[in-house]
Amino acid sequence: MAELEGIYTIWLRENKRFVRYRSRILTSVVTPLLWLLIFGTGLGSAIRFGGVAGGYKAFIFPGIIGQTVLFTAVFSGVSVIIDRQYGFLKEILVAPISRPSIVFGKALGISTTALIQGLILLLLSFLVGIQMTPEIFFPSAVVILLISLGLSGLGLLIASFTDSMEGFNLILSFIVLPIFLLSGALFPVTNLPSWLQVAVYLDPLTYGVDALRAIILKTSVLPLYVDVAVVTLFALVMVLLSALMFSRREQELM
Amino acid sequence: MEFIIETHNITKKYDDFTAVDSVNLKIPKNSVYGVLGPNGAGKTTLISMLCTILHPTGGSATVNGYDIVKNPKEVRESIGIVFQSRALDDILTGREHLEMHAALYGVPKDLREKRLEEVLDLIALGPKADEFVKTYSGGMKRRLEIGRGLIHHPKVLFLDEPTLGLDPQTRESIWEYIQKLNQEENVTVLMTTHYMEEADKLCDEVAIINRGNIITADSPSNLKRELKSDTITIRVDKLEEFMEKARTLDYIKEIFEVDSEIKIMVERGDYLVPEIVNFANKNDIFVNSIELEHPNLEDVFLKYTGRTISEGG
Repeated sequence: MAELEGIYTIWLRENKRFVRYRSRILTSVVTPLLWLLIFGTGLGSAIRFGGVAGGYKAFIFPGIIGQTVLFTAVFSGVSVIIDRQYGFLKEILVAPISRPSIVFGKALGISTTALIQGLILLLLSFLVGIQMTPEIFFPSAVVILLISLGLSGLGLLIASFTDSMEGFNLILSFIVLPIFLLSGALFPVTNLPSWLQVAVYLDPLTYGVDALRAIILKTSVLPLYVDVAVVTLFALVMVLLSALMFSRREQELM
Repeated sequence: MEFIIETHNITKKYDDFTAVDSVNLKIPKNSVYGVLGPNGAGKTTLISMLCTILHPTGGSATVNGYDIVKNPKEVRESIGIVFQSRALDDILTGREHLEMHAALYGVPKDLREKRLEEVLDLIALGPKADEFVKTYSGGMKRRLEIGRGLIHHPKVLFLDEPTLGLDPQTRESIWEYIQKLNQEENVTVLMTTHYMEEADKLCDEVAIINRGNIITADSPSNLKRELKSDTITIRVDKLEEFMEKARTLDYIKEIFEVDSEIKIMVERGDYLVPEIVNFANKNDIFVNSIELEHPNLEDVFLKYTGRTISEGG
């Protein structure tokens, strides 16, 4: 009971922070729109894209949702490093509440904020010519939540091993961008050279984007249940692993 | 006497450096206990071990009867902590910090509102309680942190350098506040400081720590008395004559001249001031002024470590 309350408290703080940094909400919607409208229209006009009704813009729509969730979830997770530098993490870690509860609260809080962004994008689907229906909206929300849980777990895991924001660019270049580019958010993952094919299927976001495509565009490489199973497994592993690391590395984190 | 914190040879070693070296402390319940030492003496390390942030590499300790290694959760429930460095979130309000803390420390829901009001009253944030912490002054942030440390009614409040970096006026008000707390809230305060004045003014008992070792521990007045050296500064009309005659007095440990003033080192100066004046009168020497100075904790520190506190251990 006390642990549930602790999880809720940490969840609440995460959401308050999100709502209060207005610029963050604005950029989280504007950035994907720039991708969709400029990149999508631009490349869409240059190439002949017959795979999907609605063309290239519609094709990358689920991918751009995945990208938004990826950036929000990983960077919010990594922001624990900032909490640590400002000393606020100490205040939380010294409380009589278990380390896994802290990680769960944080991961759920981050996922809620990522979900809100994802839902806003879903509601803007008409911009790329997709009509939103409850049958698309709610299943997509579930998939977005699962992806964000996994990715925020990944962010928290990275944070538990990093002690300054100096590593920020490394995280961007070596983790976030590869996950984004390899996920098939911007191109179909069929007919790729085999080295790239392997990398694509090692990327957890590939399955998330594929699941969203299955739901939103009714087209996917893998069956939806396979995608959902992989995404769920990834979420479980990441959250449990970061909970384990927070417990193990408690002393180093404070 | 009942002790709320006891340490037994508690030690923290880093590779080849010993930050805290076999420290034994007994801290009486409901006292204000000071750990006094220069920067790097091991004060924060000691306090961090007692509040379960750091594991000791040797020895043991109990806080409120709970072992700090075996029962960290129970220890955490018994204590409140104000860290040396700030631990606030700029984008939350003061009230939200208190609410969050109360929830994390399991303050029952029906009590929360009342405690919140009590603490807000105590730390006197006024209407600022509902503004973001980034708009607070240094003193307000400190008061909020102290108030937060109290909201779950801890048995022990740890204050790590509570007035570091604050202006003298704010420092005074924090001191008053700590005294009030100790008297009204039934809480034991364990504080670290490198301000002599702070330790002298606030603490019932002081442990002097240097290079990880407790050198001595007693009440500030006992520590000072132990030095047995009050200084009497006297100005007379016939300086040479007074010096010559006074040298024969057996209660004078030392006498010397500084800038046409005479400094006399004695034990128990309070009793000797009239005696010295009478002595001068008897010898037809007129006393212009006489002044008595007790040793301060700085002198105590100097005696035990051979350095002043600002020079560091």
